[in-house]
Amino acid sequence: MLSKRIIACLDVRDGHVVKGVNFEDLQSAGDPASLARRYNAEGIDELVILDITATLETRRALADTIRAVACELFIPLAVGGGIRTESDAAAAVEAGADKVSVNTAALAQPDLITALAERYGSQAVVVAIDAKREGGAFRVYARSGKTPADRDAIEWAAEAESRGAGEILLTSIDRDGTKRGFDCALTSAVSSAVSIPVIASGGAGTLDHFVEVFTSGRADAALAASIFHFAETSVRALKYHLRQRGIPVRV
Amino acid sequence: MIALVDYGAGNLTSVKKALACVGAHVFVPAHPDDLASADAVIVPGVGHFGATRALDAAWINRVLQMVGEGRPLLGICLGMQWLFEGSDEAPEVRGLGILSGTCYRLGAKARSATDTIKIPHVGWNSIAIERDAPIVAGVPAGAQMYFTHSYVVPTTADTIAVSDHGEPFAAVVQHGQVAGVQFHPEKSGDVGLTILRNFVALAG
Repeated sequence: MLSKRIIACLDVRDGHVVKGVNFEDLQSAGDPASLARRYNAEGIDELVILDITATLETRRALADTIRAVACELFIPLAVGGGIRTESDAAAAVEAGADKVSVNTAALAQPDLITALAERYGSQAVVVAIDAKREGGAFRVYARSGKTPADRDAIEWAAEAESRGAGEILLTSIDRDGTKRGFDCALTSAVSSAVSIPVIASGGAGTLDHFVEVFTSGRADAALAASIFHFAETSVRALKYHLRQRGIPVRV
Repeated sequence: MIALVDYGAGNLTSVKKALACVGAHVFVPAHPDDLASADAVIVPGVGHFGATRALDAAWINRVLQMVGEGRPLLGICLGMQWLFEGSDEAPEVRGLGILSGTCYRLGAKARSATDTIKIPHVGWNSIAIERDAPIVAGVPAGAQMYFTHSYVVPTTADTIAVSDHGEPFAAVVQHGQVAGVQFHPEKSGDVGLTILRNFVALAG
């Protein structure tokens, strides 16, 4: 049986993993390669490296980070943050990324999804969607959750799939950083609307939040960052908890 | 030296890194004739069967010649599917045909309509080894591997291990010196490296 995946996200700025609340109070969580090594030893299923500054200068540092992580870890690695063109994606793939995640650029230019899928295959294309509850619906936001887009999250996910996306990385803006749990209604609605895997993100605070998102949320994978970085929860403890509750995981 | 065939489908970088990690010497042949100097061949790949169109008659003839001489061949994911006669995904494209049967889409034989099975099959899934073969030596029972695919190869007498996603399917095949894996050993952690090490050992 296919396991539910646990994915650790490394928010990287200038070669360091950082995590804050609302990008304001960034706290250093260490060197990406050594964190990646620790997660791998604990049984993480996949890693996401997110360039949270994504300027031209940090792009080169990012490639070095990808290389450092990809050289010693043989698990899937996705890279996102500021990927706007095919050549941005190519740089990430050449450095060792297996998947690239696009968000704002895909909203502005949906053809990018198809172009990347044709070049690297759908399995390499993750469309990241940041969604916020608005009047009973889920609205898509661009630019790291700052700018509302004229899109409904469920419709956009279905369109992304039809354009060639291989996975959806779905973040609840309402829950992100709150540790109040994933938005299971959002996740379930998107997961039911597409046939590609959906990765839930935003709000992980307890082990049971993961249980909920894999059951009522119908998520195929769950992503978290700070809950792992500051060793509040080890990946191993989380998987043991999930397995005890009958959720298939890789241990 | 192991030849790693580049036909524009998939992340060669990952396979190269994993092979370097298990101590293999690898080169990427620019032309089918370059296979003459290889001790073994790996055909990696991911994505659409149509991409194997780039492996034309010249490649097919050279690879068949190598196999005929007893040199080992490993197909990974799409590369494994290419070992068969063809695929429903691109019926006009011919495979290597060294293993018999045609690849088909997962879910085409789903057990029931109520199964909520997502295609593509993406993620870690366990494999069950049905009979011993050198390619799976040292792989523990219930080992999980990383898959990403929508099509599968037919289950035949060459099937070594199976996995299950709505229906059972062949995860590992081996016939003499020819082996194939549907998952990505280069992305399946330590147990994936074990499989690559086994192949490198076959190559001598």
